[in-house]
Amino acid sequence: MNNTLGQRRIPMPTRYLINLVLVVVSLAVLHYISAAGIISSYYSKILMLVGINIILAVSLNVATGYLGQLPLGHAGFMAVGGYAAGIFLKAMPMPNLNRLPEGTNELAAHLQYNAYLALALVLAGVVAAIFGVIIGVPALRLKGDYLAIITLGFGEIIRVILLNIDDVLGFEFTYGASGLKRIPKAATVTNVFVCVVITCAIIHLVLKSRHGRAVLSIRENEIAAESCGVNTTYYKVMAFTLSAFFAGVAGALYATYVGILQPSTFGFMKSIEILVIVVLGGMGSMLGSVLSATVLTALPQMLLAFDKWRMVLYSLVLIIVMIFKPSGLLGTYDFSLSRVLEKLLNRFGGKKKEVAK
Amino acid sequence: MKIRDEYDSREKILPERDKGSTPVMEAIGLGIDFGGLTAVDDFNLTVGRTEICGLIGPNGAGKTTVFNLLTKVYKPTRGKILLNGQDTAGMNTIQVNRAGIARTFQNIRLFKALSVLDNVLIGMHNHISYNMFTSTLRLPTFWREEKKARERAMELLSIFGMEQHAEEEAGSLPYGAQRRLEIVRALATQPRLLLLDEPAAGMNPSETAELMENIHRIRDEFQIAIMLIEHDMNLVMGICEGIAVLNFGKIIAKGTPAEISSNPVVIEAYLGKKKEG
Repeated sequence: MNNTLGQRRIPMPTRYLINLVLVVVSLAVLHYISAAGIISSYYSKILMLVGINIILAVSLNVATGYLGQLPLGHAGFMAVGGYAAGIFLKAMPMPNLNRLPEGTNELAAHLQYNAYLALALVLAGVVAAIFGVIIGVPALRLKGDYLAIITLGFGEIIRVILLNIDDVLGFEFTYGASGLKRIPKAATVTNVFVCVVITCAIIHLVLKSRHGRAVLSIRENEIAAESCGVNTTYYKVMAFTLSAFFAGVAGALYATYVGILQPSTFGFMKSIEILVIVVLGGMGSMLGSVLSATVLTALPQMLLAFDKWRMVLYSLVLIIVMIFKPSGLLGTYDFSLSRVLEKLLNRFGGKKKEVAK
Repeated sequence: MKIRDEYDSREKILPERDKGSTPVMEAIGLGIDFGGLTAVDDFNLTVGRTEICGLIGPNGAGKTTVFNLLTKVYKPTRGKILLNGQDTAGMNTIQVNRAGIARTFQNIRLFKALSVLDNVLIGMHNHISYNMFTSTLRLPTFWREEKKARERAMELLSIFGMEQHAEEEAGSLPYGAQRRLEIVRALATQPRLLLLDEPAAGMNPSETAELMENIHRIRDEFQIAIMLIEHDMNLVMGICEGIAVLNFGKIIAKGTPAEISSNPVVIEAYLGKKKEG
């Protein structure tokens, strides 16, 4: 296929196929090395944290980078998702995979286990998305600083509710400050990264459509967007809800990763931490969020040896990036494998170029 | 019924071919106050189905405010706007756009960081009908509709010969091209009335001449009405069939270019020091 300039184009289905194959292969490799014990449990823990932070960053990027708003309550949605999944999984009869009773079908037990986990993840996302709509409808009437403050407030409200709801309800639900304990530790490197891939894929697919263009148009110029007939309120809430959904999924993964949830984990600083990842990576760049989530999660762990200096270094990195590249490491650039392949094709296979239609 | 009588007499200035069909837009007694300030008052105008109509007046006369009223960016304090004979009371900007009004802006409002093609595609937003489910799963409908939309967008871009810039960032285009892109984007919404706010601002005489030609062509090809605010008298006098002159928020004269340029009230308010007629 050729575009108007006579350059070779890789047709869309082929592009998706190439990406799909690569993703499946890398997931399989990841599964193999983590299951075969090639990476230690310490590193696989860091990897899981990286994966969770990638989901958080990529989802927040929908609201900041693509929609162009500045919500500061992302940890609130994460908390909602985490608690929803935690409470759900505790209530479900999860089979203990390490100590299966004699005579049970191992495959069936695994299937049951993963089905519950998948259900918990979806439930977490849906509950967080519902909160996203409830908060988004009033909050998105505001812009800029005001939106930041109001979402910050909502985030704190969620935290305080999780802390005190038991007293109001009169029975144990979130277990307040002592925390929701003994959540099945179902997160593995593989299932965390499967979620990462699904998150990135869905967000990518939604954004590369007329709906995504509508979201981008709001970031670029709201008045012009309305004059083009784009229902700005609808798409703002939609993007915000999408963002909340995946924050909830990340929260659920986090719950099954640590096994214990305390409201204090989801304070204002957690939201800031996620925002820092997004800003550093570049608002509006998915690859930027992925890279910066990886670096900013792994870096403090790698620097553990320099105990006293690691936070200094961490802040220094942030300051330097903000001075020399205020738009974030990648700006709004996004990597496309197909684009690279096309370039190569045009450079090296250029002689066979057909005449443009 | 005073307003109605005045309005009826106004029918007479419509171009001959548009008489008899419902006017695309009728503003009746339109007015807006900002606090104690009356920005526009008693604005009556009828735009024929395929008319090119000019809105002129000195700076601060309220021309852009009229556009903002027509597109419901501002809610009118008084009066009403009929689109194809239908009252637009209670409609918002988006609904008015769907009802057939598209506009460009005096200070260009493109989606600067997006590609030229994406700008046009956003204009076509409501004319692409796949839903989110279909698009996320990339079902055949999605591909079909996207392909159709892209082809249509390229067609529209080719009106101004901009198709080779389709992949470029809109903000990187030269000023004149950005103005043209805004017109293309507005056309993409399939309007019946196109509002152009100073389309020739910042263009050189040859670009302006080309623009005039294109405005004519757009009208003929799409069979739509065009209403434009412009300070370039050559352009206004050259292409408008009807002209309304606004001063201090009120229409002081209405008529054909010849009538307007010889109207003493207009000359006094606006054209006073200009030589051409």
